[in-house]
Amino acid sequence: MSSGKRSNEPFLWLLFSAGGVVAAMLLPIHILLFGLAFPLGLLPSPTYETLVGLAHTLIGRLYLLVLCILPLFHWAHRFRYTLYDGLQIKHLDELVNTFCYGGAILGTVVAAYFIWQIP
Amino acid sequence: MADKIAIEVARYTPDRDTEPRMETFEVPLRKEWVVLDALNYIKDRIDGSLSFRWSCRMGVCGSCGMMVNDEPKLTCATFLTDYAPGPVRVEPLKNFPVMRDLIVEITDFLTKLSKVKPWIIRKEEKPVTEGEYLQSPEELETFKQFSMCINCLLCYAACPVYGLDPLFAGPAALALAQRYNLDSRDQGSDERLDILSQHDGIWGCTFVGECTEVCPKHVDPAGAIQQYKLTGTQEWIKSFLMPFGGK
Amino acid sequence: MPTFTAYPAQGYRARVSTYWWLGRRAYLKFILREISSVFVAWFVLVTVVQIRGLAHGPDAYARIQHRLENPLAIALNLISFFFVVFHAITWFNLAPKAMAVRMGGKRVPAIMISAPNYIAWAVVSAAVAWLLLRG
Repeated sequence: MSSGKRSNEPFLWLLFSAGGVVAAMLLPIHILLFGLAFPLGLLPSPTYETLVGLAHTLIGRLYLLVLCILPLFHWAHRFRYTLYDGLQIKHLDELVNTFCYGGAILGTVVAAYFIWQIP
Repeated sequence: MADKIAIEVARYTPDRDTEPRMETFEVPLRKEWVVLDALNYIKDRIDGSLSFRWSCRMGVCGSCGMMVNDEPKLTCATFLTDYAPGPVRVEPLKNFPVMRDLIVEITDFLTKLSKVKPWIIRKEEKPVTEGEYLQSPEELETFKQFSMCINCLLCYAACPVYGLDPLFAGPAALALAQRYNLDSRDQGSDERLDILSQHDGIWGCTFVGECTEVCPKHVDPAGAIQQYKLTGTQEWIKSFLMPFGGK
Repeated sequence: MPTFTAYPAQGYRARVSTYWWLGRRAYLKFILREISSVFVAWFVLVTVVQIRGLAHGPDAYARIQHRLENPLAIALNLISFFFVVFHAITWFNLAPKAMAVRMGGKRVPAIMISAPNYIAWAVVSAAVAWLLLRG
């Protein structure tokens, strides 16, 4: 049965799903601690040394890569459809896709660069 | 209980009106009456030109879907007393072009339905002499829920994506595609996958979930679509790992 | 392709309002769920900036920490927290729908899929907190 080009949407949906799981599992505690508890002094902030000690290991760097990259692609996919349905700009889909997935790729590159730079 | 209730009905005559307008009628409020009874009362006794679809009047044919107070409902299954003291607003099913009064154009759905090939596809038909295709109760259970669809289109009225994206196949069509994909007698998953993996067939669905909420037969089209996304993704991964692999 | 009516498809088509999502409580909940992705992206941005701080030395990191103490940052992160938790809850509750898991011929109840997710969430969160707080 021949057909038109088979869409690559499944791949993007897979990234969206993986990112959704990571965002759901890890982001709440990260925001609770780094965004609220530590700045407000409700809990003792980890020292620079502690954080680098955790982050500079291979597993630490991998953790940070996963934490930063996958949720970005989750945002890209979800926001793309929000723009399609919310602002009804599906006809501008090339622009929307470039903004969303391009943004995620840019974030990925930037995050990977800084993670690599951790001493 | 009052003995009358006001029904506000959308009226639209294609050659005369530029857009629908509301007309109010008063009908008896009988405790066993449904909205369909009220519409038939109006048509029989007050205004014979009121046009609407209905058939079985018992919730199995899927003809009488309309918006009742902005909710997609089967008018044969929606009791007037639930809306007392009224008024009850009856409008044509949302997201479809209105042909006249409460009648909508459903050709788009019918086209999309036939595109998903909602029938048993066999690579090879078994000759009749070899007997029936046997199916266990467990095999039936995997798809039975999706087979309960009566094509009433309430799910399409509830789906915002269908209202916005003309290329989206829609909940019922996709649920019926899954009904056949999961049927143990069917061998057509690949054919349907080709059609449905086209860019907008199923991937337009953003899992709003309202289709499942309004379905009068508890088909759960949202669940069917999410399961189909998973299957489609598994197939996509397989096609990468085994590009020449077995079909 | 056979057509199903003798008449070409026409009729009155109402334009979908830009504010369609305000029309039903379920639609509003849906859009809020989708908007949560923006707050997800926001905090990833914050995290990347923090990592940059780590990469550039203790003074740079201290400056980022100070920035996060700004009331505007706290407010934004508080809102983000609620949105991200909303994302997590809706995500775990919807997970069973995508997976038709059957045991003994019957579909397992949804809670058997979502409960392990919640438990994993609690365990992972506790582990992260422990790693960061033990000093």
